[in-house]
Amino acid sequence: MTVEGTSASMPPRGAWTSAPSVDRSSVTTETEGAEGAEGIKLDGISLTYNQRRSPVHALKGIDLDLASDDFVCVLGPSGCGKSSLLNIIAGYLEPTEGSVWIGGTEHIEPNAQVGVVFQHANLFPWLTIAKNIEFGVKMARLPREERKRRVDAYLELVGLSHAGSQLPHQLSGGMKQRAAIARTLATDPSIVLMDEPFSALDALTRESMQLHLRSIWQKTRKCIFFITHDVDEALLLGRRIVIMHPNPGCIVQDFMNPVFVPEGEVSFSDARAGKEFVELRRFLIAQIAVGSESGSEIENVSRSGADKRTALL
Amino acid sequence: MPVGAQRKPRKRKKTRGNAFYLGISAVSVGAVLTLWWIASRNAWVNPLFLPTPADVWYAFADIAKEGYKGSSLPAHIAASLRRIFIALAFIFVTAVPLGIICGRIRWIQAIFDPFVEFYRPLPPLAYYSLLVLWFGIQDTSKIVLLFLSGFAPLFIAAVHSSRRVPVDRFNGAKSLGAKGWRLYVYVIFPSCLPDLLTGLRTTVGITYATLVAAEMIAAVSGVGWMVLDASKYLRSDIIYAAIIIMGVIAILIDTALRLLIKRVSPWVES
Repeated sequence: MTVEGTSASMPPRGAWTSAPSVDRSSVTTETEGAEGAEGIKLDGISLTYNQRRSPVHALKGIDLDLASDDFVCVLGPSGCGKSSLLNIIAGYLEPTEGSVWIGGTEHIEPNAQVGVVFQHANLFPWLTIAKNIEFGVKMARLPREERKRRVDAYLELVGLSHAGSQLPHQLSGGMKQRAAIARTLATDPSIVLMDEPFSALDALTRESMQLHLRSIWQKTRKCIFFITHDVDEALLLGRRIVIMHPNPGCIVQDFMNPVFVPEGEVSFSDARAGKEFVELRRFLIAQIAVGSESGSEIENVSRSGADKRTALL
Repeated sequence: MPVGAQRKPRKRKKTRGNAFYLGISAVSVGAVLTLWWIASRNAWVNPLFLPTPADVWYAFADIAKEGYKGSSLPAHIAASLRRIFIALAFIFVTAVPLGIICGRIRWIQAIFDPFVEFYRPLPPLAYYSLLVLWFGIQDTSKIVLLFLSGFAPLFIAAVHSSRRVPVDRFNGAKSLGAKGWRLYVYVIFPSCLPDLLTGLRTTVGITYATLVAAEMIAAVSGVGWMVLDASKYLRSDIIYAAIIIMGVIAILIDTALRLLIKRVSPWVES
């Protein structure tokens, strides 16, 4: 997939005051080629929580094709099922209907093929940063030399070569999150799921992390599925934007980001000041606001459901 | 603030180092020893109940030099510590894995829970007679008694700590490829370790108290037995000396455990 090739799926330029049509056919066409390799396909994903009075539909009929080098940012109001969808892709939650396919194989249980970066770095506090990064590689039973090579390479990739021997509690929030990204990438997953990974960071660290992530993606070209509440973040990072609405959780917009900034060409601050960026941001905020009503009920249900499923082995 | 008004200099709270608080503790201990010395010297209390600190010191020096009833003081201390450490080793290798597994798999917990819950509140000495009947009066019965008294607290600590492993940590490990026994060894056990060592502190306290009581009932060596034996001859100076030895050993064991906790889980401190 090339950036030039995305124009077919973009909403028309300068028309951000009106809703662009949901045109997923072009996106699907573009990603079909990758499906056979390491592409990810969500096929009719639905999730229903059985409540006493009536079932709550957290997700309904989610179809999504992701190319092996996609950077997809998912936006939506609270309770629209973003995190539930991520949990299903990760294998933490079982969908009521539908399935997740990775490289032609159904993905059912969590494994190293699908990496996850959480809101909080979630590093193992008893291991040094280097050992944290080595963890997944060790679980894959790779030889010691290969483990060391990967640890060094990923420490360098995230700019933490100097901090390999430190424990997580000795690092700042941003450094921890970079270590978490390195740990996930070191296992060479087909897709990296990120659940609001920078939301707990201060504004400056967050921007620095966004730049880091963009740089990492440019170098690794891993498929990234990035959940965020921050419209700016989605527009700066995502090559593709997906918007979800609640009741039931579904995808209402799926388009290639027309203001996607290729690395090195424009700075994030310049990109933010662009007229098209501002208009698109306004449009997306309005889109999210449309779906923001009555989302809280599903959010509460989905959280309790996810906790129950993952609390025990 | 009105013009011309002067701001009162704010009192800054002083931050004091550990030495300050250690100093207070030393003064407190010194005050009690002084009170003891004054009370015993002026015979406010019958010397049979309260010997002077000097008498206790001489009794201690005598035991340390000559031993007690045919065995040296280190031999009595070693006899007590041997019992407690063998029991603690058995407790650790059984209560920890079983507690962790029970914390993660409810049906296994359901098998063991009724038995643990039944015997946990029982005073260990209540079933000591049974153990003596089964295992004799030698060390085995004492070690089994210590094992039973210390198993439940560590088991319960293990169950609760394994349940409290953060869901994200657990899921994250699975997404890094950990599964089966590796999940237990590399993720759950280290996650539980700070809680387990805290539980071990409680366990050591309980087993130590039980040990002394068991030695008082049936033994021919050990610090607890020294107390019982000395009481038969109304040697309160030896009783006091033995009690102080027990207290010091307990403090040393607890300090070692606290240092271990600090070493293996420095992130908990911060």
